[in-house]
Parts: sequence; C-alpha cells; structure tokens
Amino acid sequence: MITTRVRHLTQRIAKVLVWTAALSTIGVMILILFQVLREGIPVLSSHFLLDSPESMGRSGGILPTIVGTFALTAVALFFAAPLGVGTAIYLKEYTRESRISRVIRFGTDCLAGVPSIIFGLFGFVFFVIYLNLGWSILSGGLTLAAMILPTIISTAEEAVKAIPISYREVSYSLGGTKWQTVTRVILPSAFPGIFTGIILSVGRSIGETAAVILTAGSSLLMPTSLFSPVRTMSVHFYILAREGISMEMAYGTGAALIILVLLVNTIAQWLINRYIRQRT
Amino acid sequence: MPTGNKLVIEDFSFYYDSLQALFGISLEIGSNEIFSILGPSLSGKTTLLKSLNRLTDLIPDTKHKGRILLDDTDIYDPAVNLTELRKRVGIVFDLPTPLPMSIFNNVAYGPRLAGVSRNRLPEIVEKALRAGVLWDEVKDRLHDSALRLSGGQQQRLCIARVLALEPEILLLDEPCSGLDPISTASIEESLIQLKKTYTIILVPHNIQQASRVADRTAFFLSGEVVEVGATYEIFTRPKNKKTEDYLTGRFG
Amino acid sequence: MELKEKIIGKSLLLIALSSVMILGLITFFIFEQGIPLISKVGPLNFILGERWVPSKGEFGIFPMIVSSFWVTAGALALGIPLGLACTIFLAEWSPPSFAMVLRPAIHLLAAIPSVIYGFWGLVILVPLVRDRLGGPGLSILSGSLILGFMTLPTIISISEDSLKALPPTYKQGALALGATHWQTIWRVLIPAARSGIVASIILGMGRAVGETMAMIMILGNAVQMPSSFLDSARTLTTNIGIEMGYASGDHRQALFATGIVLFLIIMGLNSLAIFLSRRRMGS
Repeated sequence: MITTRVRHLTQRIAKVLVWTAALSTIGVMILILFQVLREGIPVLSSHFLLDSPESMGRSGGILPTIVGTFALTAVALFFAAPLGVGTAIYLKEYTRESRISRVIRFGTDCLAGVPSIIFGLFGFVFFVIYLNLGWSILSGGLTLAAMILPTIISTAEEAVKAIPISYREVSYSLGGTKWQTVTRVILPSAFPGIFTGIILSVGRSIGETAAVILTAGSSLLMPTSLFSPVRTMSVHFYILAREGISMEMAYGTGAALIILVLLVNTIAQWLINRYIRQRT
Repeated sequence: MPTGNKLVIEDFSFYYDSLQALFGISLEIGSNEIFSILGPSLSGKTTLLKSLNRLTDLIPDTKHKGRILLDDTDIYDPAVNLTELRKRVGIVFDLPTPLPMSIFNNVAYGPRLAGVSRNRLPEIVEKALRAGVLWDEVKDRLHDSALRLSGGQQQRLCIARVLALEPEILLLDEPCSGLDPISTASIEESLIQLKKTYTIILVPHNIQQASRVADRTAFFLSGEVVEVGATYEIFTRPKNKKTEDYLTGRFG
Repeated sequence: MELKEKIIGKSLLLIALSSVMILGLITFFIFEQGIPLISKVGPLNFILGERWVPSKGEFGIFPMIVSSFWVTAGALALGIPLGLACTIFLAEWSPPSFAMVLRPAIHLLAAIPSVIYGFWGLVILVPLVRDRLGGPGLSILSGSLILGFMTLPTIISISEDSLKALPPTYKQGALALGATHWQTIWRVLIPAARSGIVASIILGMGRAVGETMAMIMILGNAVQMPSSFLDSARTLTTNIGIEMGYASGDHRQALFATGIVLFLIIMGLNSLAIFLSRRRMGS
C-alpha cells in the first residue's frame, strides 16, 4: 500500500515534469523563431522586398518569390474553395449518411494524410508532364489546391453543420427550393467559418515546399503568366540554405516567410475567436 | 366532390418509418375560420400541421395514407408544385425563428424567392408588417438585424413573414409559447383580425387560448381525433369522456 | 425549376467526388510510374536491397526504410512523452491564463513551415551535435529531435480531444475515492482515453514518416545502413526529394517506386489511426 506521503510526492514530481515539458515546448519554439527573426529582420528592407534577386540570390531582393507565393496561393484557392465548399454543401444538404457520403469522407480523410512529397510526384507527372502544363504557376497552384482541399472541406462542413435546422425549415416553408436555401441562408451564415478555413489553408500553402519545387520549378525570374515557372519564398529559402548561397539572404527570406505565416495565422485565430463569440 | 370547405383531411394516417403517428384523421375546415387543435403533447398535432404543407417531406423515411384536399385537390398529388403549395399554406413555428438578416429582408424573403420585383417589395413588407401588428414598432429600423428584436416581436415578425406571401391558410404551432401576456394578447388579437382574410389552423398553447380565439376545435389524443365541434360546445358540453377529462385537467 | 434543381444536385455530387477522384489519380499515376521499375528490379530486391546506385541500375531502398524507421522512432521517443506531458498540462493543470498562451503556441508550432525547422536544425542543432557528440552532426539524432518537435501539435491536439471527451464522472469518481489529482490522471483518465491517444501517436507517426524538407536539410545524404544515431542517413522521403531534381529514366521511375512504398506505409498508418478512433467513438 502506497502511503499518502509517497502519493503526494509522486504528484509533486509529476507536476514539475509536466510544467517543465510545457515550458520547454514554448521555449524551444521561441528559440527557433527568435533565431531566424533576429538574424533575418535586419535584412528586411524595402530593397529586399521589392527588388529582384541578383547573382542567383546572393544579393538583391526577393520580389519574384513574393509574387510567386501569392500567385500560387491564389490559384490554389481558386480551385480548392469552390470544390471544398461544394463538397461540404453536398454532404450536408443534398444527401444523408449513405454509401456515397462514406466514400467521399474516406477519400477526403485519405487525401489529408498524403505527404507533400507524394503530391509533388503526382503534380509533376500529372500536371507538368501529362497535361503538359510544364513547371508553372498553374501546375503548382493545382497541386496545392489538391493539398488544401481536405482542410477546406472539413472546415466548411463544420460551418454548415452549425447552422440551425430551423433556418432551413423556415426557408422551405416560405417556398424556397433547396438551392435557394443554400445560397440565400446557409452560405451567408456559414461564411465566417468557411472563410476561416480558407485563411488556415492559405497559411499552409505559403509554407509548402516539397510539392511546389517539383511542380512550379525554381526560376528566379519574375513570372509573366500562369504558365511561367516561379520560385516561392519557401523554395527560395530552402535553396539558399541548402546550397549555402547566402546565409544573409536566407535569414532574410526566412524572416519574411515567418512573418507572413504568423500574420495569416493570427488573422485566422482572431477570426475564429470572433466567430465563436458571435455564436454564443 | 366539391365540398365548399377550404381544407378537407380525409382518413389521413402518417408514419415515421414504422411508427404510426396519425390514425385516420378526418376533418373539414372552412374558409375564414380559426380552427384549433387541442391535445396533450405528443398527440400528433405538430405532425398533422406539418403535413398540411408537406414540410414533413423533409423528414426521411416517412409514409402517409389518405388524402388532404386543398380546394378539392389532394396536396400529395405528384403534379402538385411544392413551392406553390407552401406559398398557399404558410406556417409559423412555436419558437421564433428569425433568419439572420434585417427585418426587411426577413419579411421580403418569401416574395423575393417567388420572383417579386424589387420595387414592389417595400409596399409588400409594410402591408405584411401591419397585418402582423409589428409595423409601428419597427418602421424606423427596418434594416436592423431581426435578431435584435424581443421574443414577442420576433414571433410577430415570423407571422408577418408568412403573410408577405399572401397565403390562403395560416398554420400556427403554439405561436405564443414563451411569450409574455402582452405579446400573446396582441398576437391573439391580430389572429382574430386575420381570420377575415385567411383560414387559420392553430395549435393553441393552452386550453384558455383555444376558448379565446377559436371558432371550432378538435380534440386530439394519441394521433386520433376524439371529438370536433364548435369551441363553445366542446368546452361546455363535451360529448366524449376523454375530452371532458382533458378539459378539466385530469391529464395533459 | 425542378430540372434546374436536379442539375444542381448532380453537379454538386460531381464536385463532392473530386477528393475521391484526386486520390484515385494520385494512386494511379504514382503506381503507373513506379510499378514497371519494381517489377523490373524485382520487389524483394527493391525493398530489401541495400545498394542504391542509380548509375549502375542498382535500386535497393532497404537503408532508406531502416533510416525512416530510426528517425521516426527517435522522433516518437521525444514526441510521445513531451506530447503527453503537454496534453496533460493543457487538459488538467494549466491555469487558464497560461493555457491561453500555450494553445495558440501549439497551433503556431503546427503552422511553422518545415523548412524553417530544417533551417534552424541545420544552423543551430547540427553544429551542436557535431561539437558535443561527434559525428558529422547531420545525423539521425538531429533529425529525430526536430521531427519529434514537429509531431507535437498532432499528438497534443488529438490526445487533448480524447481526454476532454471523457465523461466528467471518471474524474469525479476517482477523486471522490481519495485519489490524488495525478493518480486520477495517470491511472484513470489516460487509460480511458487510450485509443484516442494511440490514434494520435499513429497519426503523428504518419506525419513523421512523410516529412521531407526538414529531413533533407538535417539528415545528411548518406545512403548507408545506419548503425548509430550519429550517422547521416537518407529516408524514403529525402531519397525522392534530393534526387528528383535531376533523375531521369529508370532512376526517376525508381523514385516513384520509392513513393509507392512510402504511400503504402503512410496509408496503412493512417487507416490504422482512423480505425482506432472510430472504435473509440463506437464504444
């Protein structure tokens, strides 16, 4: 039989360990961010952000990569948002739990688990080669769209599920058709939740590297069309670091990347909090 | 056979999957009367009401037998257009359910869906809000969110919303539950006014409400009609013992 | 009107099938590219072969499989205790004000791009390992440490959900019987949330096995059977990531074949996790 003293001692030790774990987790994270930001922020200047790279990135700026990042994310959202929201609407409004809905959910869950390098391989053989889109913003964006689709589907579905049944009943009882109910009541009400999911996906796209390198290429030139190859910020960061081209430029790019991701995620968090407050 | 009645329910039974909720209901409801359906909870009143505009179609795995004739046409006839039916038979639920939009847009929702032109909407909205006895209270803030109205105002908004479509029949499922006595009184008063234009079928919140507003009353028990007749008759000289027991408070 | 509604319904069905179709396309194309090579080399030779020399047509990925296993095991050795500790902390012991800091911090951990982790590992951790522990620094140990950290958000969020989903009577009952808070957590709550926690670990494993960029930057590039945690190594993912840029012909197909093996492993892990979490909800 364990005496009371031993029990309480065990608890004290456990408490210390657990607190240490939590603190060290935060600590390491701060360490990582701090390191890159400290070395990188000084590099961030208007020249850095608005100029094009020179001599393979050893100097100059990173403007084409910023443009590339935004372009790729925009293309990805352009395809993934309608597909994702449409899937959520279909699952909630147009069908009940059936074989089809189970298959769809299974497909979405599996897709969510596919690692980015596999998406890269797929995007390469399907978009770049098979559809002959070449290394381009289009190829990269389409590949990213496939990657963020599961996230958009699940957040959109959560948002649509949260709409009270009474709204639907009211709309139908006033002579509304299903599609009218969806477009006039459900989508407008679910919009905050859906939008939050989209912002979260944006954060993910910005940091994505493996799939992008294999599909959008690594050209440092400013892209001129959807078919231009392009280098995103994360790819540029990776290449600078791995090839040892310029630590200074790498830190700067990394800092810019972190700041962008932090910004996007803070906006998403703020939206989530506001959305929750609105509901209660 | 033309009967001259607005709504005839002919031996109507309703099933939720294998559970039977309504057993051979037969009722005749005339135009411009307030007809109340009285009974303890779970006696099938809401199910019957929702069947009258086929809102029950939204529930999966349901079946029905018998007919419901609106102006001598069975509403379950496959040729019937659901959207049109629901415009002719409007419903107000027991909980106020404003849509998350402005007061104006709530009332204009039905007409908009029906394709009414934009410039006619303001007059339609005003007319409906007047009929629902809400106009004076909201006329200066039509574009405020409907969610900001009080419970009683929201319920009158729901009535106005239905009236905007100018239906022929109004179904009201315990429209005053949860409302204060003043709101209840104003709604009951507007019902009496509305009966001049509409046929009203009401599930009252309590026995007293039925006696205050209803012309005729049917007493429901476990999915069956026990007795039906003029409200005054039912209340003073009930023919069925179960009716008498319910009215005197022995159960329910 | 009716026709329009029907068309809309069918179109939405098609849209809803897009994720399934994409999954099908991915599976098809990866296999289409990789299977010919596997059958050419022979499945056993491919999976168990220890020599990877593309120029000579030798394609054996066993060292990569073993390295993936080592790195993941190391990552879990860090991630499971740390993750469980943070989960317990968040669910039970954290003062609410601190939790408001910790939770967003963990979300942030998940949001940081893997290349940033890799970079930090490269410039800070790798030299540290090299100086203190020897070896090239670009090692399985470095990789495991970073990877363990990267899996924390997965383990923590799902485990926390499992703990929160427990009926409060478990905790109240145990405390009423005189158990200390810690005993309640350790002997009652955690075992009760067992399948959710295990599911989170398996999912974390899946993420770890699939991680590419950070591993490329930290593990070194050595195609060898690892014999110690300080060795450089190459995982299935880094194999693809490093060589895809310049591979062609059979070499390229061999990388797709590596992808097939990776894909199957991860799909297996994820299915297991889904199965486990469904079982939890069922009971």
